[in-house]
Parts: sequence; structure tokens; C-alpha cells
Amino acid sequence: MPSIVKSNPRRMRLRSSLWISIVLLAGIILFSCLIGRYSVSFREFVIISVSHISGTPHDLPIVLETVIFKIRLPRVLAAVLVGAALAAAGATYQSLFRNPLASPDILGVSAGAGLGAALAIFLSLPVGAIQLMAFVFGLGAVFAVYGVSRIVRGHDPILVLVLAGVVIGTLAGSCISLLKYLADPYDQLPAITFWLLGSLNAVNTSDMLVTLAMVGVGIIPLHLLRWRMNLMSLGDEEARALGANTDALRVAFIMAATLITAAAVSISGVIGWVGLMIPHVARLMVGPDFRALLPTSMFLGASYLLAVDDLARTIAEIEVPLGILTAFLGAPFFLWLLSRSGRTWN
Amino acid sequence: MVVVSLWEDLELSLRLDEVAFGYPGHTVGAAASFELHSGEVLCFLGPNGCGKTTLFKTILGLIDLQAGAVYLDDRSTSSCSQMHLARAIAYVPQQHDAYFPFTVLEVVMMGRSPHLGLFKSPTRHDEAIADAMLNQLNIGHLREEIYTRVSGGERQLTLIARALAQEPRILIMDEPTTNLDFGNQIKVLAQIKNLARQGISIIISTHDPDHAFQCADRVAMLKGGSIIAVGKPAEILTDDALQVLYDVRVKVMEVRIPHLHKLRRICIPLN
Repeated sequence: MPSIVKSNPRRMRLRSSLWISIVLLAGIILFSCLIGRYSVSFREFVIISVSHISGTPHDLPIVLETVIFKIRLPRVLAAVLVGAALAAAGATYQSLFRNPLASPDILGVSAGAGLGAALAIFLSLPVGAIQLMAFVFGLGAVFAVYGVSRIVRGHDPILVLVLAGVVIGTLAGSCISLLKYLADPYDQLPAITFWLLGSLNAVNTSDMLVTLAMVGVGIIPLHLLRWRMNLMSLGDEEARALGANTDALRVAFIMAATLITAAAVSISGVIGWVGLMIPHVARLMVGPDFRALLPTSMFLGASYLLAVDDLARTIAEIEVPLGILTAFLGAPFFLWLLSRSGRTWN
Repeated sequence: MVVVSLWEDLELSLRLDEVAFGYPGHTVGAAASFELHSGEVLCFLGPNGCGKTTLFKTILGLIDLQAGAVYLDDRSTSSCSQMHLARAIAYVPQQHDAYFPFTVLEVVMMGRSPHLGLFKSPTRHDEAIADAMLNQLNIGHLREEIYTRVSGGERQLTLIARALAQEPRILIMDEPTTNLDFGNQIKVLAQIKNLARQGISIIISTHDPDHAFQCADRVAMLKGGSIIAVGKPAEILTDDALQVLYDVRVKVMEVRIPHLHKLRRICIPLN
């Protein structure tokens, strides 16, 4: 009897935090469909949506329908997908490595994927091949990092993994620089640079469906093992003393998070800071329990990237690369978070 | 008053046979053999770096055995899964820095892990067990507090509650009194005796011979990775033995506690 009474405020806080993040996302999705170079009013949006769903005709200009359903909605959904994916991967890496600085960049996923894409552009391969290469190289980078950490034994496994990630990431960065140096400065170099800066400009529906499927496949193990992640965040020895098979769990979590990251990066290019920043905010809202942290991070990540993408396409005459904006917003935010409390994850 | 050693008649729960322990490429200790009976408190004493923690982690299966065998109910633990071991043996690690701000209840519920399927989360039943353990240790009021913000003594009690939530038969506690104030040390020692009375076998390590006198049924002296003596505290913890162990001169005194009509041994340094 007393336990139920006492546990209620925390559970209600968790539930309300989750609902707040869902409502926030819904609001930003609606807003994002309206704003842009061709602005749509709320009334027009409702009329066109209703007529689109019910099939009844409307008397508004036909261009509005094209703007909403052909241009804006795919991009909005892409931002939602990529934001949620990067935040989910970031939350996973942070809990797993017990490191608030862990993010999709840590295992060299982003750098590896960037190298794959740059190489594909350098070889003048088609768009589909660029995404495939990004994905393959992203996974390859993680396997390399994980392989190195397996070979170098007898040290703190987490530390070795993180350092190996730095080394592989730097190596991939050097290879990218080499490709940029060798690339055709009028055609390939701008393409490589733009891709590395990250953008949702060129997303199409079929690419997005492939990414959605891969992100979905990655989310399944994260969801099924969501409580086990709490054990992993205690550290390897304590988790094993509590009966967890940490080696197998670690591989499962890394594979899932990397698949999610590589899938996102393959359509959006390299977008930093989301996977680092959003899980922090989510943890401040709902605490470290991965069962609440994962969904909250995903909703917040989707909202955040969508809002930043709205900025990217409306702030100036030309479109500002998304990766630059997330860095401009992310860096000061993170510094503020650090200064607010010495250990922000605490 | 006649002192009856209950544990000699009780069933054997854990046996170490010529165990060598250490890290890959570095052996810390060898030829460790001892037995642990139900409801017995076995206390390890030894200087810093003598291998207590390494031995404990070896028993728990956290570090691979280098030689010998650990038997749990006559079954070698090297053939047991980590899950199976965790249902029988629980671990209270040394004071550690917690990374994430879980609540005390969430931390204790993690002790239910070996009883839950891979994809399962704790149920109300598990929460009830966690609450029972919190109440048993008199920290029920802390359940919604943030684990990283409670005091060192409360954290230690939380880790003990987590270990108890595993419903183990054996509890291994690595220096459970270190970093605790005087009052909390005594509370933790009292809990250890209380748990042993419930039939749980307990292995602890401590730096204070007085703690061994207060709670141990038997004492093992560990020096340089070797168990140099095992036996009842009164027989083993002599002036000479403690001098050999710690390289300081001490005097073990027997004092009468007036209104309890009890004799209690204490260790007094002579430097």
C-alpha cells in the first residue's frame, strides 16, 4: 500500500515527460509543414490534408499539394527519422560506455561512413552506391575498432575501445583529406564537402524507406534488451556479478547502434552533436533508466533535428548545411550544460 | 558461556581447491584452499595488495581461474554460467563511483537480474522483493532517493540490499566497512551477523582486526597471495600472527563488557 503511493510521483513524472516530448514533436512536425519559401497557412494545410486522405476535391491551388506532400513532408519525415536514429544511437553508446561524451562519432562510425561516401563520390558512383559505401564503411570502422580492442587485451576494455575509435576515426579523417586533395575541385570536391557537412536536401522516399527499415531493425534489440542496458551501465564487472553475459550484450548493443547510425548517415551525411546532446537532455528529464531514456531521446532527437532543419532551410537565401547548424547550436549548449554542473550526467 | 561452533555441523556451500588467481600474465596468489559452510562468516585479513579482491573476483567468476577449482555444492563453477553463479553468489563491491543517477530502488531491483529472462523487466513481484530488502536493512525511506546523492553508508547498505535481492546463498563483500563512519561500520557489521543467522554464508574482507573479532566465525589470513592461516578468530588472531601479517606490533586484549557479561577481544597497536 505505501509503496504504490510513494512510487506514483516519479512514474507520473516519467509519463508526463514522455507525453511532453511526443506533443512537442507533433507540434514541430505541423509547424515544419507550414513554413518555408512557399508558406502554407494552417487552414490550407488542414483542407489539403483532409482532401488528400478522404479523396474529396478542394478549390485551393494545386501547387500547395505538391509543396506539402512532394517536397515538405518527405523532408520532415527524413529529419524526424535521422534525428530519432542519431539520438537512439547516442543514448545507447553513452549508457553502454558510461561516458557522457560517447556518441556515434566515438566508434568512428561517422568518420568511416564519411570516408565511404567520399570515396564513392571520388569514383563518380551513383547516389545509391554512395549510400551503400557510407553504410559499409561505417560498419567496417566499427569492426576495425572492435577488432583492435579485442586484440589489445589486459587493459580497461572500455578505454581501449574509445581510444581505438579515436585512432580509426583519425585515420578515416586523413583518408578523407587525401581524397579531397585528389578530387576534381569543380565537381567532386564541392559534393564531398557538402556531404560531409550533412544535409537533408537530397532525400527521396525510396532511400528513406530503406533507412527506416534498417533503423527499425536496429531499434528492436535495443527495445528488447532495454532493462539489461541498465546493468551494463554499472560497468563490466558489476554487470557480470549480477549474472549478465556482458560480452554478448555489448556486441548486440554496438551492432544495433551502429546499424542505426550508419543507416541515418547514409541519407543525411555527417550530422554531429545530436547523438551527444539529446540523450543528456533526455536524461535530465527522465533519469538514466534506459526503458524511459530510449523513447524520450528518440522523440527529442526527432524534434530537435526537425527544428534545426527548419532553420537550415529558412534562415538564409541559400540553404545552410545542417551539420554546421547542429554544431553551432550544440557546442554552446554543451558548454552551458557542463558549467551548470560539473558532472552533467549526474 | 559455552561457545558452540554451529557451522561445523552445517552443510558445505563453497569449497576452493588449490586455486591460483591473478590477471592474464600475472599471478597474484596460488594454492588457496578453504571451505565455507552455511551461515558462516569468513573474514579475510591481510595487508594492501595481498590479493583479497583478486581472490574474491576469481570466486565470483569475474576473473578466470589460473589453476585449481572452485566448487559450489560439489559442482565446479567453471561449468556454471554467469547467470547460474549469480543466483547463488552475490557480490558487494568496494565503494565505487556511480556514473548515472539511478534511484536507490532501481539499483536494488538490478539485483533481480539473475532471476529474470533476457528480455524481461522487473515486475511488481521483483519490486516487492527489493522493498523487503530495503526494509530489512532499515533504509526503506531511501527508495526514491538518487543513489549518487545518498551518503557513503547508505550507498553501502544499498549495495548490500541489491546483493540480497539476488536471493543468494553466499554473499561476498569486499571491505564493506571501508569509508564508513564509526556508527555505520557497526551497523553494517551487525547486518552481516544478522544475515548469517538467516543461513547466508558470508565472505568479507576488512582492514580492521576488531571487525573480525566482532563478526567473524572464522578468519583467513592472506599475505603475498597465500593463505597463511585459517581458523577461529580467538585462536588465529594472536599478537605474533598480526605482527607477521601487518609488520606492526599489536596487543590483543580481552575485555569484559560489564552489563552484557561478555568477553570481547580487541586489538591495540603498540607503536
